[in-house]
Amino acid sequence: MSDWTLGLLLVLTAVTATAVVLTRNPGRQAMVLSAYGLMLAMTMVALSAPDVALSQIGVGTAAVPLIVVLAIARCERHTQREAPRGTHRPEDDARDGDRGRSAPDDGGRGR
Amino acid sequence: MLSWLPYAVAGWIFLVGCYGLVTSRHLVHTVVCLNVVQSSTYLLLLAVGWTRGGTAPIFGDIGRSRAVADPLVQAMTLTDIVVGAAVTALLLALTIQIAKRRGTVDPRALRSFEQESEE
Amino acid sequence: MRARLTVLLAGAAMLVLAVVGVRALIHLPGAGDVAHPYGARAVAAAFHHATANAVMSVTLDQRGFDTLGEEFVLLAAAVGTVLLLRELTAEREEEAAHTYGPEDVFEAVRLAGYVLLPVTLLVGGYVVVHGHLTPGGGFQGGTVLATGLYLAYLAADYRALDRLRPPGVFDAAEGLGAFAYVAVGVGGLLAGSGFLADWLPWGQLGKPLSAGTVPLLNIAIGIEVGSAFVLVVAKFLEQALTVPEQAAEEG
Repeated sequence: MSDWTLGLLLVLTAVTATAVVLTRNPGRQAMVLSAYGLMLAMTMVALSAPDVALSQIGVGTAAVPLIVVLAIARCERHTQREAPRGTHRPEDDARDGDRGRSAPDDGGRGR
Repeated sequence: MLSWLPYAVAGWIFLVGCYGLVTSRHLVHTVVCLNVVQSSTYLLLLAVGWTRGGTAPIFGDIGRSRAVADPLVQAMTLTDIVVGAAVTALLLALTIQIAKRRGTVDPRALRSFEQESEE
Repeated sequence: MRARLTVLLAGAAMLVLAVVGVRALIHLPGAGDVAHPYGARAVAAAFHHATANAVMSVTLDQRGFDTLGEEFVLLAAAVGTVLLLRELTAEREEEAAHTYGPEDVFEAVRLAGYVLLPVTLLVGGYVVVHGHLTPGGGFQGGTVLATGLYLAYLAADYRALDRLRPPGVFDAAEGLGAFAYVAVGVGGLLAGSGFLADWLPWGQLGKPLSAGTVPLLNIAIGIEVGSAFVLVVAKFLEQALTVPEQAAEEG
């Protein structure tokens, strides 16, 4: 692994980490976090740590963003009326849409 | 330059993560920023163990005399990653509980631990 | 006002931290330029026990007791998450909600899920059992197995996932994995050496059956970590799909 490759990867890692922090919308942040995890894993390979990189890909790129997305899905349901500034504020009809979807459940099941 | 760049990047990621923690307006964002702060320790540990011109400490197909990175810090980083994931899962579970009980996930709207009856 | 004060205080603290950090890091030896005395000893010990992957030798053989503690951290966190996210009486599961997720999925994604599911499980298993030879091991393979399982949710639907992931089995498997790790450690006591000593025959470096207890411990950790992640993600998925009663009643 040539030195400048490692340097480039390190700089890109720092940039992606900054992007994760500056992405204020948690839903989008989960995707950026996943990209950051991948970037970090590549830097780890460059630092000759393939074991750690494998672990980072499994945990930091897949598992953690997955539970982050699921947690956001749950939180948004409880905070729709007073969504804090900077977060995606679902329209009020989103909640009605949810209920609308669950109402004709026979149609859904009959599929 | 490479002798200090990994440390500088680790320090930068730590500070950027701290900045995110302080200015966060959404608890899930806060937890992810904490995750970023923790990821700076992975880089610091691996940078300490890195050997210039060396290779990975896995001797399936290389000789014993090859220069390798320090396996000790790599094992520590493995532990770090798993513990970090466990902490993240636990904090997100707590965030969901806060959203359920308080109806908000804005840290600035959460002043006390009392139920929302105070309003 | 209060928020600005918080940011100001935190900024001052971070400034101090940055200055102290720079002063501390300046005195570290340059990255990549120094010899690693501990690393050299760890590599020598790994060769002594015929473990090709020196990282796994450190994790499971030389520092096996620390890893036991780490495993219980994960166990405790998984139990805590499951406990925090348990279903309360005020909530009920919306049956119809469990079918809608996959309906929003593109056919191509669904196909990819079907194709990748067996491949991912196979790769996960491979990574676990070859941990002492190649990069990988119980932690890495366990997470691959666990996240791979959730491809079933993309490929089919929640019910198919439930069949693949019968409730109760992973609860038991997680405990079993933790128990197996301790049992291998106690085997060391019975064999006449110490707890978590590498008491099985070491074999020849690079052969599938080598490194003594390391492959066994990897499999135990693979089961434990895989089940822990399956349980945690299952709880979060359940939370995301469960409709709280208040929201259903409002309006």
